[in-house]
Amino acid sequence: MNNAGSIASRRFRPGFWSGIAALLIIGFLIVTTIRFTKGLGAVTHLSDQFPWGIWIGFDLLCGVGLAAGAFTLTAVVHLFNLKKFEPIVRPTVLTGFLGYAFVIVALLLDLGQPWRIWHAIVYWNPHSVMFEVAWCVMLYTTVLALEFSPVVFEWLGFPAPARFIHRLITPLVILGVLLSTLHQSSLGSLYLIVPSKLHPLWYSPMLPVHFYISAIGAGIGMVILESYLSGRTFHRHLEMELLEPLARGMVVALGIYGLLRVQAIQRNHAWGAIREFGYEGQMFLLEFTLGVLLPVGLMSFRRLRSNPNWLVGGAFLAVLGFVMNRLNISITGMEAASGTRYLPSAGEIIVSLGLVAAGMVVFAFAVRTFKIFPDGPVSDSRKERT
Amino acid sequence: MGMGLLFDATRCIGCGACSSACKEQNKLPGPVEEVLTAYTWTTLQTREGLNVRRMCMHCEVPTCASVCPVAALVKTPEGPVVYDGQRCMGCRYCMMACPFDVPKYQWDRPVPVIGKCVLCASRIKEGKPTACAEACPAEATIFGKREDLVWEARTRLRQKPGAYVDHVYGLSEAGGTSVMMIANAPFDKLGLKTNLPAEPPAMRTWQVLSNIPDFVAVWGVLLYGVHWITARRETVAHTEAQDSNKEDRS
Repeated sequence: MNNAGSIASRRFRPGFWSGIAALLIIGFLIVTTIRFTKGLGAVTHLSDQFPWGIWIGFDLLCGVGLAAGAFTLTAVVHLFNLKKFEPIVRPTVLTGFLGYAFVIVALLLDLGQPWRIWHAIVYWNPHSVMFEVAWCVMLYTTVLALEFSPVVFEWLGFPAPARFIHRLITPLVILGVLLSTLHQSSLGSLYLIVPSKLHPLWYSPMLPVHFYISAIGAGIGMVILESYLSGRTFHRHLEMELLEPLARGMVVALGIYGLLRVQAIQRNHAWGAIREFGYEGQMFLLEFTLGVLLPVGLMSFRRLRSNPNWLVGGAFLAVLGFVMNRLNISITGMEAASGTRYLPSAGEIIVSLGLVAAGMVVFAFAVRTFKIFPDGPVSDSRKERT
Repeated sequence: MGMGLLFDATRCIGCGACSSACKEQNKLPGPVEEVLTAYTWTTLQTREGLNVRRMCMHCEVPTCASVCPVAALVKTPEGPVVYDGQRCMGCRYCMMACPFDVPKYQWDRPVPVIGKCVLCASRIKEGKPTACAEACPAEATIFGKREDLVWEARTRLRQKPGAYVDHVYGLSEAGGTSVMMIANAPFDKLGLKTNLPAEPPAMRTWQVLSNIPDFVAVWGVLLYGVHWITARRETVAHTEAQDSNKEDRS
């Protein structure tokens, strides 16, 4: 097999990872059934002391954050006119859309009465950050679907609607950037209201800015990681000439973010919490070292950025550090004030992993079916046996 | 001016009549629990040898009402912060945001709602005091206009300075509350939050949210400007290239 772009075989062949994915998705369906018949208490470790768990901390905060590559890249290509990045726009927009779909499914599980989700459209409270979040999720998911729709229209053989969307692409991308900026930052604003609860290592009046900039950094990291994963799965080569400059952007975003975090800790006089090296201090150091210091330090060297292994490693650290940060804000930093320790239940973990697995399965399906990568639909790497 | 409650821990005899009356008034199932739950909207806790009531404080600028995306929680002019279970979609942001950790959830039900004290809003509308205040045999919980209660609390602190800690809890906590407490032990030892700013937490998010219209307008124009400049630059480069081609040929 030498031509990754061949459409010779789209047939799916079960392997180890697809088996794991199938198991997780079955587990997800079982937990979902129990959750809707017995209530949230039956499958989660949520409680009156700890009402938000990993379905918010991981599924929602990370799902949205890691979709940030989509608005970053569409802005770079369509607004800043750096057309050389065009080949990776489609997979990134697809990741963004799947990320938001993932978030919506998680929300439907986490909300006590998800069948009332439309209430946010009818009953308004503009004073609520959650109201802003709800509208951003709705509108930006629509924008992402529209941005991706030409791919589907082309596949269906309807060039007219695809051309129509192409003509609207500039306002669409601007709308997407505005909504993303609002949405990414509003997830940080959610925590502005708990100055007496969130630990001073994480609380800051600048939380919306922290969330926004770190999402750009980790969103770029996600683009690199996803290129690597699709490369592995579909035997495609890494587009190093595109990913290396992207990693430079990641260093800048994470660098600014790191400085802002240091400034916030200085402002809160929270250095003592690190020196004490307690629970919060340890978690902070782990998060900041893995997610900011190491990726910024390593990726500052062109030699490392240009090496595919180091590049993917740096991107992985940025994403890992991002996930740790969101979990630290939503869980670690809130535990002391709540007076309890929260550990996710098996049900919560199965649902989160099941959703990730479902996202990967849909991504792989889309890559096999549509023209996501420049060479066209990609066949399975194991197809040489057919 | 809104109504409120004043709880004087030095007068409470710990009989629990308030908690039972609340259960009866709001038809809440089960016995009175030691902590607030979706089914126990007020309870007595013993700290430092004192009985302390736990219940919704009915903030003047309630954080829960400000964070609720569907406005299911609302501060009424009469004082109570009321809850509409028909609107609530169950995001539980109120539970996260409440500086007093008051709203509780029905974790055991497939169709859950929030449970919290509503200061007997329906009774207040009829001109009656709350069920808990009416049931109290020791006048430890008294009902009245908030301003009168503040005056009453200050009078008690002034008349018996040694008998109280010199602070009316709820006067300024989280921007002030309709339910206030006085006691003869430090409030943090009584299980009450004492690290709450006097500015209502809702102001912190409103400062950000109120800027959204300006943000959208300014950045929308800016981003379009960036696009216009980069697109124009490309057109110019393209035309120049064509022109030079022509010149080459001629």
